[in-house]
Amino acid sequence: MIEVSTDWYLTLAAILFSIGFLGMMIRKNALIMFMCIELMLNSVNLTFIAASRHFGTIEGQISVFFVLVVASAEVVVGLAIIVSIFKKQSSASVDLLRTIRG
Amino acid sequence: MLDIVLFAVPASLVILGALIVIFAKNPVHNSMGLVLTLASLAVIYITLNATFVAMVQILVYAGAVMTLFLFVIMMIGVDKPEQTREEIKGQTLLVSGTLFILIGIISYVVINSGFKWDLWFPPVDYSLEGTPNIIAGTLFTEWVLPFEVISLLLIVATAAALALAYDTKPGKKK
Repeated sequence: MIEVSTDWYLTLAAILFSIGFLGMMIRKNALIMFMCIELMLNSVNLTFIAASRHFGTIEGQISVFFVLVVASAEVVVGLAIIVSIFKKQSSASVDLLRTIRG
Repeated sequence: MLDIVLFAVPASLVILGALIVIFAKNPVHNSMGLVLTLASLAVIYITLNATFVAMVQILVYAGAVMTLFLFVIMMIGVDKPEQTREEIKGQTLLVSGTLFILIGIISYVVINSGFKWDLWFPPVDYSLEGTPNIIAGTLFTEWVLPFEVISLLLIVATAAALALAYDTKPGKKK
């Protein structure tokens, strides 16, 4: 009889993090890179909750709340930056951003 | 048997949604894949006894954050094709190759040890239900200082978004 153990959840979180990282590296649209950051943050949240279940403590779930708040703050600021970039060059591609180049 | 089904179905939906996020061409499809991933993760949270976190996940992530994403996608325009020309030569190939080797090494180690992550402690035999009662009892006593600091962070983020969106060019008078 196989039982669902914490290892399974950790493996799922690792797969999710790898997919998010791969997307972060191969996509050029800034919006989709943001979504990949969300994927990675969610895999970390899954790890926290699996650990909270494994060790029988509530602190993991509280950490998830803090991650959630930081993620939404990051999305608000990041999307504002993307909109202002779009106003300037009418594309959300990160490869065209050369304004900081010396 | 039931708990295996309750793990396998949401887990495969999570991975499917994540693959849609990184491979779909239309940004609206990408965001719908993200919604699929987030909602399936909420189901997994419920099976891990974190009911309140699952509700917050649906409300905040799949609700508020995704609405924000869709707003920006609609503002920027969905029918513009993504620029595919590579500014750095061979970037995609190089990154994919490196990632493939890295993931190969990691999965070799994990599969070699029979999917056993060295967790040091055995799992506890009681189950702790993550109800709002228990979470609030810890959050508002032990963790009240980080809670206040994070409210400050939210205010700063809101002010920053306003400042970024506000047009301060001297030529344009409202």
